[in-house]
Amino acid sequence: MAEELKRIGKTLGERLRERGVSRRGFLKFCSATASMMALPPAMVPAIAASLEKAKRPSVIWLSFQECTGCTESLTRSHSPSVENLIFDHISLDYHHTLQVASGAAAEAAREAAMHENEGKYIVVVDGSIPLGNPGYSVIAGISNLQMLEETVAGAAAVVAVGTCAAFGGLPQASPNPTGAVSVSDIVKDKPVVNVSGCPPIPTVITGVLAHFLTFGSLPELDSLGRPMVFFGKSIHDRCYRRPFYDKGLFAETFDDEGARKGWCLYRLGCKGPMTYNACATTKWNQGTSWPVESGHGCLGCSEPNFWDAGGFYNALSIPDSDITRQAAYVLGAGVALGAAAGAINRNKQSKAASAHETVTIDDLDKKS
Amino acid sequence: MSEATIERGLNAFREQMNAPIASFFSSCVNCGMCAEACLFYTETGDPKYTPINKLEPFRRVWEQEYTLWGKLKSLLGMSKPVTDELLEEWEPLVYDACTLCGRCSMVCPVGNDISYMIRRAREGFVAAGYAPEGIKGASRRAITIGSPMGVKYPALAAQIKHIEADTGLTIPVDVEGVDYMALLSSMEIMNFPEYMEALARIFKQAGVTWTISSEAFEATNSGIQIGSSDIARELVNRVVVAADKLKVKYVISPECGHAYTAIRWEGPNLIGRPYNFKVVHILELLDELRASGRLKTEGMEDDRLTFHDPCQIVRKGGVLEPPRNLLNMVASNFVDMQDPREMNWCCGGGGGVSANERAEELRIKVFKRKKSQLDDLNVDTLVTACANCRLIIEEGLEEYRMEIPVVGLTEMIAEHLVDEKSE
Amino acid sequence: MDFLLWVRGPGFDIALVVFLIGILIRLLEVLILGRKPDYSEPRGAELGAGLRTVLTRTLPEQGSFKRSPFTVVGGYVWHIGFFITLFLFVPHIELINATIGLSWPGIASNLIDAVAAVTIVALLAMLFNRLSHPVKQFLSGPEDYLTWLVTFLPMLTGYLAYHRMIDPYPLVLGLHILSVELLMVVFPFTKLMHAFTFIIARWYNGAMAGRRGVQS
Repeated sequence: MAEELKRIGKTLGERLRERGVSRRGFLKFCSATASMMALPPAMVPAIAASLEKAKRPSVIWLSFQECTGCTESLTRSHSPSVENLIFDHISLDYHHTLQVASGAAAEAAREAAMHENEGKYIVVVDGSIPLGNPGYSVIAGISNLQMLEETVAGAAAVVAVGTCAAFGGLPQASPNPTGAVSVSDIVKDKPVVNVSGCPPIPTVITGVLAHFLTFGSLPELDSLGRPMVFFGKSIHDRCYRRPFYDKGLFAETFDDEGARKGWCLYRLGCKGPMTYNACATTKWNQGTSWPVESGHGCLGCSEPNFWDAGGFYNALSIPDSDITRQAAYVLGAGVALGAAAGAINRNKQSKAASAHETVTIDDLDKKS
Repeated sequence: MSEATIERGLNAFREQMNAPIASFFSSCVNCGMCAEACLFYTETGDPKYTPINKLEPFRRVWEQEYTLWGKLKSLLGMSKPVTDELLEEWEPLVYDACTLCGRCSMVCPVGNDISYMIRRAREGFVAAGYAPEGIKGASRRAITIGSPMGVKYPALAAQIKHIEADTGLTIPVDVEGVDYMALLSSMEIMNFPEYMEALARIFKQAGVTWTISSEAFEATNSGIQIGSSDIARELVNRVVVAADKLKVKYVISPECGHAYTAIRWEGPNLIGRPYNFKVVHILELLDELRASGRLKTEGMEDDRLTFHDPCQIVRKGGVLEPPRNLLNMVASNFVDMQDPREMNWCCGGGGGVSANERAEELRIKVFKRKKSQLDDLNVDTLVTACANCRLIIEEGLEEYRMEIPVVGLTEMIAEHLVDEKSE
Repeated sequence: MDFLLWVRGPGFDIALVVFLIGILIRLLEVLILGRKPDYSEPRGAELGAGLRTVLTRTLPEQGSFKRSPFTVVGGYVWHIGFFITLFLFVPHIELINATIGLSWPGIASNLIDAVAAVTIVALLAMLFNRLSHPVKQFLSGPEDYLTWLVTFLPMLTGYLAYHRMIDPYPLVLGLHILSVELLMVVFPFTKLMHAFTFIIARWYNGAMAGRRGVQS
């Protein structure tokens, strides 16, 4: 227990050095963080200084209607990185997938953390909240809605991790059987950061936490509550295949010449143009690759309602009906109606001709 | 006795509707470019003289009765009806401010033939009783007396006698089986009898057999100007009957613009069949004689002179090359106006405007267009080939105190004929 | 997103049906009227002269150009700009390809962007000219301003969508598609029909003049 208290008291800088991270490595991380958050290089020393002195914040991680993919994304990095260390540095006081304790003990830990850090702790949520029936998702006899409301009451901020928490995600997809809603649908009186994605990029999660640690505040958000630094530009705008789009070179199938040459996947339904995320620059698995690079179009997983956006393999702006198959009928109807209108006109014309009264010089005037 | 009514007018509008007009109305985007082609707009700056605006009543009939959407709009009470008041308001635009010159039809970017529509719109106006008194009078005289200016055959016979006595030439009348039957305009009979003399001299030299019909010598057609096909038909038919009776091969249209349109282009459609004879314009015939060497001239005019292209003969008649071929034969110092040939500006008196006293003030005003064309050139003489243009230009020049003699091309050619006695 | 799905689904279907049927009605309504046979002896052939006028009227007559340079130049700029953005922007080609199966190469998006900006400015200038030029102002009625609006909106929303000036993207994309659908629905009932009927009009004009021996 003493050992534990000692650990809590350590600053981030102390902890990193304990783990064998050099000063240079730390500064490198600070620079990367600065550039990731679009801050000027002059800010690096300030970031370093802030992080150096940062104390462990208490984090309560609530998992509702989710698949644990978001947690996997954070924890399954195959080599230790400074990002994990940041993650290690936080005091994860409650996370029912990761924590050893279970049942009443686990809930007691959550309550203790809330009590001890009143007004200062961060709530991270993954998964959506079912409003259809509280019984759809219950933890230790407490419904998701009740747990969220009571946990958030004393929080400093809420981070909705993953598209389910941020926008409702898969549980909310049509026909939304559980009546799933997002965190921001429930939480109105606390700052909520949406770190969307299915799953979100680990760096983005740590980036938000790093920002909080550095500045004690939340980063600038877009209209959907997402950090601008990561979600400010579309996949399409930063995609390395963009030049092919501009030239009109498209893969038609997943194994044609165009696909092999790495042409644009727009026709195969890539949602890059409507999707805002950092995949194209940050990439996945320690910068190994990302979906478009691996040959598949973007699904738009960081956008609201992406499951219901009209099919993963339908191109974005293209009508998704089969009206063209009805074209013959439409044209036929047009010709028939046009012929009818024409016949009516012809009839009017010839009626007028037969109603014609010869104009003579005797009827040039009006009788008035 | 029947009378003109709005119903008859509307019926006439309906009757005149056809695919060209429907396509024209469908295409207009109100770009206003026709205004800049119309001397009534350019010389007054009044937007109501924009050519397409002159067709508003006709356009309404088209929209309300010949388009599905327009019919719906009418049902919903969303369209303005065509009433007596509307036609009364538009009458001066259609008759006083349009000479049917067709210049607007040459510039419309979507290809609307606006003068073609005005000609047809007048059918509706006249049937509804909205035609200017001047043209009504001319039409009555044309039908009852035989000529819009009231010229009867005895007056023509007197002129013929006069010319024959003066020159010793023969002017054949009612000779059967000759090649050509010549028509005259009243203006030529009364104001420019030199034309008849010129014909006699040229035909004598070229060995052309010709005649004038005492029954149908009048070429002008007030029916075309007032816009009544019924009246125009009756007038054209007189010529057709006379030509058939005299068994001529050709009918010569004189130096008169709308007469050519009437007899050459509208005539067969008015009587509903092709003619048994051909119609040639006098300039076409002269050019043909020139080309075949039967027309011999001597001497050249060295005055600086220009040619006013009569709209109905050149732009709307297609007699493009003959005037210049003939001029080059007798003139060494010929210059073209700016915007020559099919883009020439109207004298301002065509399409019945000259017969419409009400339009006189406006007509004089828009003559400024011709005036400025002439001012640019500084010519000694103006040549033209339409008695009406000639009269209007003379009036205009007088009004603006410009001393430029106006000459008919046929007469000018006649003056340069090789004198056969001296050969 | 529901909005985008609607405009791209049922919305597009409705617009396309109205557009196609409307155009066919309007064209047949005109063409079936026909014209009477012309008994006058032709001086020239109608067909060739008519076809020539269909082409030559694309260029302004010299004097008219001098007298209305703004209308001519403005008209060219926005028409050409509109067609470039409509037919050479890659997603539009994709849409046409998906709808009728025809495809052709597009041009670079940033070039389209510049053209679109010029077109928008030209359209605004044309509107200003319509409101201030005495003839155009006199002639113009609600229909003229309606047709301007429905032509302008797709350009504007397209520009906003391309630059993501409205959030979220599916909303602005949906607005863009909706504005085009509005254009398609309004098209057959207004003077926008000139885009088709000008060919008929020019042909008749050229043919009737050509018959008289004049190339109009």
